[in-house]
Order: sequence, then C-alpha cells, then structure tokens
Amino acid sequence: MNAAIITFPGTNRERDMALALRAATGRKPTMLWHRETALPPGLDLVVLPGGFSYGDYLRCGAMAAQSPIMAAVRDFAARGGHVLGVCNGFQMLTEAGLLPGALLRNASLRFLAMDCVMRVERADTPYTAHFQRGATFRATMAHGDGNYFCDAETLATLEGEGRVVFRYEGENRNGSINAIAGICSENGRVLGLMPHPENCVDPLVGGTEGLPIFTSIAEHVAA
Amino acid sequence: MTKLKVTVFPKAGVLDPQGKAIERALSGLGFAGVGEVRVGKVMIVEVAETDPARARAQGEEMARKLLANTVIESFTVEPA
Repeated sequence: MNAAIITFPGTNRERDMALALRAATGRKPTMLWHRETALPPGLDLVVLPGGFSYGDYLRCGAMAAQSPIMAAVRDFAARGGHVLGVCNGFQMLTEAGLLPGALLRNASLRFLAMDCVMRVERADTPYTAHFQRGATFRATMAHGDGNYFCDAETLATLEGEGRVVFRYEGENRNGSINAIAGICSENGRVLGLMPHPENCVDPLVGGTEGLPIFTSIAEHVAA
Repeated sequence: MTKLKVTVFPKAGVLDPQGKAIERALSGLGFAGVGEVRVGKVMIVEVAETDPARARAQGEEMARKLLANTVIESFTVEPA
C-alpha cells in the first residue's frame, strides 16, 4: 500500500501513524508537508494524523482544512481515493466538508486522555474487514473537542445508511451524539474517528487492538 | 477601508458547555437569577472595500467559508 501522511504545523501524531502503517504493510509511508499542492502519483491512502494543527486556532481543524494540500486531498477523495482522518484529522475532514457534522468541545469541558472502548458497527468497510461486526476493542483517546454533533436530518442519514462505523461502548465520555466515535463517507472510503488506533499496534507498547484498521485497508487496496 | 464586526455563536440546540460552566460559576458567586449563558466569538476584520453593502457581503462570504462553521454556528456581520 502506497500511503501518504500529511503534516501541518502543530501535528504531533504523524510518527506513530507512520509506525502503524509500516507495521501493517511493511512499507514506509510518504510524509507530505501541508504546503505541497499535489499528491504523489499512485497513492492508495491519504492520512490526516492527530495533533493540534495551527494551535487549534479558530476551530480545531479549521485552518488546516484551508491548507494548500487540502484541495488535492478533496480531488483525491472525489476520484474515489481512500482518506483516513484520526482525531485532529477527523476534525479536518468535517471542516473540509469531506465528512458531515462537527466536533464540539467535550461535554465535560475536560481534555480526555485515557483509554476507551469502541464497538465496530460495520465490518464491511475498507477499514474494518479484519474486525467482526459488534466486536469491541480498546483504543486511546486524547482530545478536548471530540463531541460529535450533527443536525437531526444528517444523523438520520448517517444511521439510515449505516455510516456510523465505530461507537463508544460503555461510557460516552465526550458526549457525542448517539455515542458516535467514527463515521465514513457515502462510498465508505473516507473514514474519520476520534480515538487513536495507531497507539495500539505494538505488543510491547499498549497492545495491537488497533492494528486491524491498518491491515484491513492495506489488504483492501491490494485486492 | 471598512472595519467589519463578525459575531459567531453556537446555534440554538447546539450544546455550549462553556456557557453552562459560566452559568454555574456566576450562580456560585452569588449572582441571583442567572439564566442561560452562551459563549461566542467576535472578530474585527478590515477590508479594503469602502461600499458598506459590498463590504458586508464580503464579510458574510468570509463567515460562511471560514470564520463560522455553519453546521454548529450562526453569525452576524455589521460595521465595526
């Protein structure tokens, strides 16, 4: 799998993401600075990693969504490309209009840095084929603005079309509507989620429960 | 040069946890009868356009494209 990770000023999870992709595919992803205006040819996956791009100025992900590279990411998604956004990357995807809704301040107003449990609602997306539907797995959350919100009509569409890919199991700490932790685009190829599966890809450091996301997408694009 | 004041607020029905926290803090300070508190943002934007209507239209476009996220926020643009 040919993957590229885009970094912005304030991004801080790109190296963990690179390790996760390498663990799943054996190949090093390309690192791209946000000032680039084109994606390299032959790309299978674009990843928007976590962090605090632009210091979360204005709204989380709002400035990054206007970066030069994002026009190319929009085109890539429009042509059917696979795009994964984690944490700040999920916020960017909503700000860029590639996924519906928005991520609000956590209902508790607290920054949440802890493990959470996610339930897999869809095992037939490019990112989740190596999970069983209904399976739960542990991931790490580290965000101040992960409270997923959308209007009633959008929520009905997301639920009706089965585009809620992950939900928080047990306590819904950030207050997300319908305990939504991750959603995908209509074609299933753009996925955004708040928790960090890239934290859980190494048996020596936190276990490997997040690895199936990366092995799933790698196998999907190879097929 | 025109100065525009862009005011952005969470839409009605969108949870405003900062407003809720301030509401409780005000009551805690002994201010009686505090109702709902909403927290928003005010931005002053200078534009070269001198025609008031065109300047305002430009400010509204800026708000729609960047200054506000219309999924969760509403905005007003007026001369500063």
